[in-house]
Amino acid sequence: MSIESISLSGRKKLVSNKEMTFWERMYLVAIIKGLIITIQHLFTRKVTIQYPEQVRKMSPVYRGQHMLKRDEQGRENCTACGLCALSCPAEAITMKAEERKADEKHLYREEKYASIYEINMLRCIFCGLCEEACPKDAIYLTTSKVLVPASYEREDFIFGKDKLVMPLEMAIQNAQLKNAN
Amino acid sequence: MKVTIDGQSIEVEPGTTILQAARMIGGEVVPPAMCYYSKLKGSGGKCRCCLVEVAKGSEADPRPMPKLMASCVTGCMDGMEVNSKSSPRVQEARKSVTEFLLINHPLDCPVCDQAGECDLQNLSFEHGKSESRFIEEKRTFEPEDIGPNIQLHMNRCILCYRCVMVADQLTDDRVHGVMDRGDHSNISTCISKAVDNEFSGNMIDVCPVGALTDKTFRFKSRVWFSKPYNAHRDCPTCSGKTTVWMFGDEIQRVTGRKDEYHEVDEFICNGCRFDHKDLRDWTIEGPRAFEKDSVINQNKYNRKLQKVEIATEETILKGRETDRKKISMAQIPLTQEDIMNQKSLGNNG
Repeated sequence: MSIESISLSGRKKLVSNKEMTFWERMYLVAIIKGLIITIQHLFTRKVTIQYPEQVRKMSPVYRGQHMLKRDEQGRENCTACGLCALSCPAEAITMKAEERKADEKHLYREEKYASIYEINMLRCIFCGLCEEACPKDAIYLTTSKVLVPASYEREDFIFGKDKLVMPLEMAIQNAQLKNAN
Repeated sequence: MKVTIDGQSIEVEPGTTILQAARMIGGEVVPPAMCYYSKLKGSGGKCRCCLVEVAKGSEADPRPMPKLMASCVTGCMDGMEVNSKSSPRVQEARKSVTEFLLINHPLDCPVCDQAGECDLQNLSFEHGKSESRFIEEKRTFEPEDIGPNIQLHMNRCILCYRCVMVADQLTDDRVHGVMDRGDHSNISTCISKAVDNEFSGNMIDVCPVGALTDKTFRFKSRVWFSKPYNAHRDCPTCSGKTTVWMFGDEIQRVTGRKDEYHEVDEFICNGCRFDHKDLRDWTIEGPRAFEKDSVINQNKYNRKLQKVEIATEETILKGRETDRKKISMAQIPLTQEDIMNQKSLGNNG
């Protein structure tokens, strides 16, 4: 056996430039072969879905929009320690701290609270590091399927406390559920 | 006198303590110190964080010392051999001391203004455990107002006595001190007095924890969000050399310049610290550098920004220009000069 005819990779294929026969030039056989492949694909499982009507199952570790938690008494957990902003790789979080007044004890859990807390949703990459860094269990990423609603203005994507803090009804519901269990 | 610490030898003057000798060597061998402050006379010997093992007493008496010694108050002897971080006994002791210091310390670092530049945080990070075994109730004190500039959080205090020494050695009359004893001992002014001496603000700088913090900076920012700069001003009472902590164009806080052991180089007066928060008062010298692994270095650019010039960029552009000229493109008509250049290029090539 000569060195030319040995295939070391096993993939060697000789190409020839021979003339096509009459039947081959008609391309009929080739067209039918192609159609068979197409028809076969009609019966295989579809990879796409009808999106707005059908929705795929979410992953169990899916991370949706952020929420600033309230505890069972409805007080905000966040104490503006800045660790979420420090850990944020996209630098999406900014905050301003303030001291709690004596008559605000029912609103905030700690001595200090975030008077301004903003997440720039255009910057956020939903990595969940803020949730991991939080020492007070205050921020967490929900399984909400609405990520960020579309808008024309950039300012609309900077979410303040009005959009981020857990609604009071939800906190009451959570407390009731906990008492029931 | 020759002292060997963790296998590294150094010549020191008589009267030097082991801690000072270790700081001369620097690096890993330096024991942590919570109460010792080189600028304050009589400090040290209280917190027991700087315990070291003396493996050989001296050349004259080579017996090892039976117990671990507090390196900040133990003097060096000729031929002394000391094990610091290399000794498992020392490591174990420091771990226990850290645990003891944390027993009554409220873990309110998220609220505390000292977080990020706190000695106890560093100590706990380096030597402590990740969890607490203490299940009993921590001691707490009623909050006390000690004036308009300094905030006292007695719960966080570790009773290092540094602030008492500052008041004794820097000011002419001390109005605060440690009251009661044992578990009840607490920093307090005698009967609700304000601490208002001109140099009382240095209590904030020397405090290793967040027990004494700047009231004008209270909850304004976290230390790692503001940019520290060295600055100075003409001050009639002190040297005027400080670090200003800025956020944008706003001076949020003024502190003394702290070295690698978090001790201030020069004490500053209250006028500099609390009353001059205007940018026009200060001459900014430049950004202040911190240890490489300090959290203060996060999220900002301490290095001076320089315009980056890539050497190749220019030649690439030049190359493109000549390329364009070589290829005769119908859209860009060539000038007479270009054609001459082309001819000369062709001749050379």
